[in-house]
Amino acid sequence: MRSILTVYRKELTDYFSSKKFIILLGLVYVAGLSSVYVSLQNIRDATSGLDGFIFLKLFTISGDILPSFITFISLFIPIIGIIFGFDAINSERRSGNLSRVMSQPIFRDSIINGKFLAGITTLSIIIASIVFLISGIGLRSIGVPPSAEEILRIFFFIFICIFYGTFWMSLSMLFSIIMEKTATSILTSIAIWLFLVIFLPIIANAIANTVVPLENASAADQVKNYVIEHNILRSSPSTLFSESITTLLVPAGGHFLINPQSFASADLSKMLLSPLSLGQSLIQVWPQIIVIIALAIICFAVSYVIFMRQEIRAT
Amino acid sequence: MEDIIISKNLSKNYNGNKAVSNLDLSIKKGEIYGLLGPNGAGKSTIILMILGLTEPSSGTINVAGFNSTREALKVKRIAGYLPEKIGFYEDMTAEQNLAYTAELNNIKYSEIPKKIEKALKIVGLVENKKQIVKQFSKGMKQRLGIADVLIKDPELVIFDEPTEGLDVKVANSILDTIIKLNKEKGITFMLSSHQLNLIQKICHRVGILSNGNLIGEGKIDELGRKLFGGGRFIIEVEISGDTKEILNKFSNLKDVIDIGKEGNVFQIICNKDLRSEISKIIANTESILTRMNIKDYALEEIYLKYFKEE
Repeated sequence: MRSILTVYRKELTDYFSSKKFIILLGLVYVAGLSSVYVSLQNIRDATSGLDGFIFLKLFTISGDILPSFITFISLFIPIIGIIFGFDAINSERRSGNLSRVMSQPIFRDSIINGKFLAGITTLSIIIASIVFLISGIGLRSIGVPPSAEEILRIFFFIFICIFYGTFWMSLSMLFSIIMEKTATSILTSIAIWLFLVIFLPIIANAIANTVVPLENASAADQVKNYVIEHNILRSSPSTLFSESITTLLVPAGGHFLINPQSFASADLSKMLLSPLSLGQSLIQVWPQIIVIIALAIICFAVSYVIFMRQEIRAT
Repeated sequence: MEDIIISKNLSKNYNGNKAVSNLDLSIKKGEIYGLLGPNGAGKSTIILMILGLTEPSSGTINVAGFNSTREALKVKRIAGYLPEKIGFYEDMTAEQNLAYTAELNNIKYSEIPKKIEKALKIVGLVENKKQIVKQFSKGMKQRLGIADVLIKDPELVIFDEPTEGLDVKVANSILDTIIKLNKEKGITFMLSSHQLNLIQKICHRVGILSNGNLIGEGKIDELGRKLFGGGRFIIEVEISGDTKEILNKFSNLKDVIDIGKEGNVFQIICNKDLRSEISKIIANTESILTRMNIKDYALEEIYLKYFKEE
């Protein structure tokens, strides 16, 4: 047990003193602060509705130029995860540290467990700190304290962000175990991310339009088109992530992302005015959250098994 | 003396290729053993199996009574390993790197600074304690590597290519440290290398490895005799004066097998080291002994001979 803690402490020190941590933290802070500035500018117009979740709007309102905080964070979390994981094992192997450390009387999994936990901790600190910072600024500027429900929603939001980041980190850690060069492992991880974020929507759109053409389509067909596109997109964890955080942070109407059928059949004016309770929101996004957590665990488990069987040679 | 490493029928296959086949190795406590062989002969594979970092395909290997495969942790507690390409955390100081090793070895926090100080003293790096490893030269890193294995007070140190890429002076200082540790602390060393002359200087015994087979093992002089003289000694004697009488006397000596003569130089092939007898014979005649030497086989000759026969 002590060996895991030793590795964990050392890796944590490494993360905090590394340049990549400082750069990522700076980047997230700049993005977060500029998005909160924009949302503060626009919050007056946006609160004309009666739903009352003013505090959550800090995170979800976008301006004309800048996107909202949740858009930023969906973009940054994969990057943070990938950058924290991509050289976890192969850089140690290359530098010759791995075989030296492995010849110490520790179990082999102490290394990967310690590294993984240190990565999650650093990731959590980055995400939680920016969310709390924005909350603090918001509290002073809008003068409306968050309700208990809003606080809970924000905490769930943070947890989902952390699991999502953990997924990306374990994925890139997996590549750092399989691939010998750090350049290959980071490129592979980024390629997967780009595919899921940029190409999958294009492909999904094309398929949906082929199956149900949108020209002269009835309202029902339009919904059908949307459902097809959406189900394809759901194979991507980034879709699951944006669905779950939108539902959580936009209690009124956010869940229509998930169930477009209900959107078509609903009496719009009434639905929009009545936000979901926290429990209902969670029920809506429960499958998404579970899948994100499961993906993170699967990636870690695969990395773990491969690492345990791998031969440690100093080359 | 007791054996510290014993392997029986040890084999390792990689995708059907035998990297090590049916190896029976025994290394005695307190000796310096050199494992020699060209690249790809299986040296590193053997080392990895000794430390339990890779599993043998068949056979067993024991270190100080612990099975390397099943009790790897116990083996690693007493065996230090210096890989061929030793790496440290470059942004950490020498002291921090050693402290990390000490913690991984479960050494009490209160004892760590003392242990580090002691280990650095042995390798002569006390003054560089607070320096980051990035600024270290290759030789300094190698010395820090020795300090790193000393932290755990090992009984056995496995050193892969100890002098690779070092200049002669630094290499010699590393070898001196090895000899010192062997003598003063009784640490058993197993060195693997293909740099023969350096290994020849310090190893008590060597094993020659080719394609995963141990094709020769023993003390260097024994190995040479076995190989070139069929286990015989070859003594060269140069004298000035009457050679005929001496030739007769030499032939009467017991254990002499053959005598060759070329001018004033005799080459005596015998079963025993007859140098003292020979010098007595010469002393009793008018002739003067100008030169006598017993043929030593340099490791290089032995090595070349082995690989020529392949």
